[in-house]
Amino acid sequence: MEQTVRGGKLMWDLRERSVRELNYYLHHNAVKNGITEVQIFNPDGAHHIAVGLDAPIKVDILGNAGYFVGGMNKQAHITVHGNVGWSVAENIMSGVVRVKGYASECAGASGHGGLLVIEKDASSRCGISMKGNDIVVGGSVGHFSAFMAQAGHLVVCGNAGDGLGDSLYEAVIYVRGEIRSLGADAQEEPMAEDDYKTLAALLEKAGFKHHPEDFKRIASAKKLYHWNAEHYQEY
Amino acid sequence: MSVGREVVFNQNGQIVSFEESHLYNRNVQQWIYNAAERGIYDIRGLGAKRRVPHFDDLTFLTASLTRYPLEGYREKCSTKTILGTRYAKKPIELDIPITFAGMSFGSLSANVKEALGRAATAMGTSTTTGDGGMTEEERQSSKTLVYQCLPSRYGFNPDHLRKADAIEVVVGQGAKPGGGGMLLGQKISERVAKMRTLPPGIDQRSACRHPDWTGSDDLTIKIEELREITDWEIPIYVKFGATRVKDDVKLAVKAGADVVVVDGMQGGTAATQDVFIEHAGIPTLAAITQAVEALEEMDVKGKVQLIISGGIRTGADVAKALALGADAVSIGQGAMFALGCNSPVWYDKNGKPISAVKDYEKLGTKPGFCHHMQSGKCPVGITTQDPDLEQRMQPEWGARRLRNYLQVLNFELTTMARACGKSDVHHLEREDLVALTVEAAAMAKIPLAGTNWIPGSSGL
Repeated sequence: MEQTVRGGKLMWDLRERSVRELNYYLHHNAVKNGITEVQIFNPDGAHHIAVGLDAPIKVDILGNAGYFVGGMNKQAHITVHGNVGWSVAENIMSGVVRVKGYASECAGASGHGGLLVIEKDASSRCGISMKGNDIVVGGSVGHFSAFMAQAGHLVVCGNAGDGLGDSLYEAVIYVRGEIRSLGADAQEEPMAEDDYKTLAALLEKAGFKHHPEDFKRIASAKKLYHWNAEHYQEY
Repeated sequence: MSVGREVVFNQNGQIVSFEESHLYNRNVQQWIYNAAERGIYDIRGLGAKRRVPHFDDLTFLTASLTRYPLEGYREKCSTKTILGTRYAKKPIELDIPITFAGMSFGSLSANVKEALGRAATAMGTSTTTGDGGMTEEERQSSKTLVYQCLPSRYGFNPDHLRKADAIEVVVGQGAKPGGGGMLLGQKISERVAKMRTLPPGIDQRSACRHPDWTGSDDLTIKIEELREITDWEIPIYVKFGATRVKDDVKLAVKAGADVVVVDGMQGGTAATQDVFIEHAGIPTLAAITQAVEALEEMDVKGKVQLIISGGIRTGADVAKALALGADAVSIGQGAMFALGCNSPVWYDKNGKPISAVKDYEKLGTKPGFCHHMQSGKCPVGITTQDPDLEQRMQPEWGARRLRNYLQVLNFELTTMARACGKSDVHHLEREDLVALTVEAAAMAKIPLAGTNWIPGSSGL
């Protein structure tokens, strides 16, 4: 089914073979056939490229990808050399997904682990409902990012839109630029030594050279942790 | 709410009559007193307390001269049910058309989840996960397990996805269509908290919408993603609470669902706002008819299967749901009652009954009236994470009761089908039913008993 294999490196042209065939190969045959690297040509915005991977292979997607690229990833290192549609690396478990261009909405939504790097901007709802994954965005994020985020880190090197961190739980957000507005129960807090260390490590992993001192920390005020009338909660 | 009247004698022996307001009767007054005192609405479990049109408002026209019945204790009546024949390489094959609905670990104890799995396996049917993800107990005990993809994505894991026999994308629930959940902090044990990636003891809100898609066009792509990850092998269900059923069924079918699950307003829940339970959604009876019409209009009836849930209690309910066009039903609250929910006693390991009445009193209720699933202090050990309380419901014992209950439902279903002259429960049809009330006739679109009148139908 594979198109070209050279020394453990698979070349796959999506104009010749479908995403379904590609995913099947990556799920069932790649490791068995000693594949350690995959290059995918002509993605042309197709959805679901390299979803559900569970092997430490390197995947390069050479062009723009559609929805859910790298969804539920485990172990794999996936790089999209272009822009991506909605929900890149949705529910990521481990490994790395890197987008060299821009990402549409819901990037890294509900991820449980691993790292998502978006080198340019991400749209709204970035990191929504994240549960332990880390997201580093080189540019800005849109409104309602990290809504109900439970665990993990969202690092925004640019600006953040309205309602940042609304209803946060234990996830922490670091923002270098301007924040248009914070969501309910989100608050700016002083950076601690651990924050600088965590942030420096994430920036290094993501390949950005910003200074951690330039970032603000946003976390939950925890007033929504228990539903009670005395807090006069916004909801 | 009913208007009350009291007649009493005063000190002079004269009769004094009191009549309460209809609009502001004592129930309403009490509700307002509570609201004013607490400043917060009621969150509770179970389903609607008020009566709405239901399966009891229908009756079967069993065989006589015009139809030929089958011998109830001799002739076979098939109950085999296949779900997910549209796209999945491995459709679900069940021995009976009665499945267990999704109920979360967290809301229910691990023992209960195991009991549900064991009973489902013994009866050749499926059980379903819930908010909180898949427990090992549940997977190991369930031959056929449906894995829910819920808005909260608590405990959602691609490894579990690949261990599932079907995936149910949950859009909403009959008890709270359009609403999220609230698992109160008292039920968040260390294990529940870990599975949900949240600190123990805090109130856990389940989102009302999925984090990675926002409409039916996105749902199409989401379903494809789930299929890609599972290599198009297992069926995808789409479940929603009954509101705009016809349109929702059509969109779910368009989005690629193999099976549509419609949950009527009599459906239960572990904990949500009382106002949702009582004032949102439409009755199951009305929902079935609309769902079937939608499938027929799209010419996919039989290709896309329909599961109905929300207040299915008896074999008669199952038979009526199938006659109205459902392929299978799903039960939640009925299963909990089979386990002993609201029972005055629980049973120790030797089967000795122990009174739970005092524990009900501590909750401010009594057996038969309890709807305190949200409290985590279930006196019979079902909706709890308390290590002592959960031992009150042992998996072996619970599984036996659930299996018995399913068996009775199935016996009732088949005996009614035979009486209607059917050798297969899926041959039950709308012509086998009439309605006892005008409301039920209008909602189910079947004739009022003794007439050929269907309210709202043309030409009559």
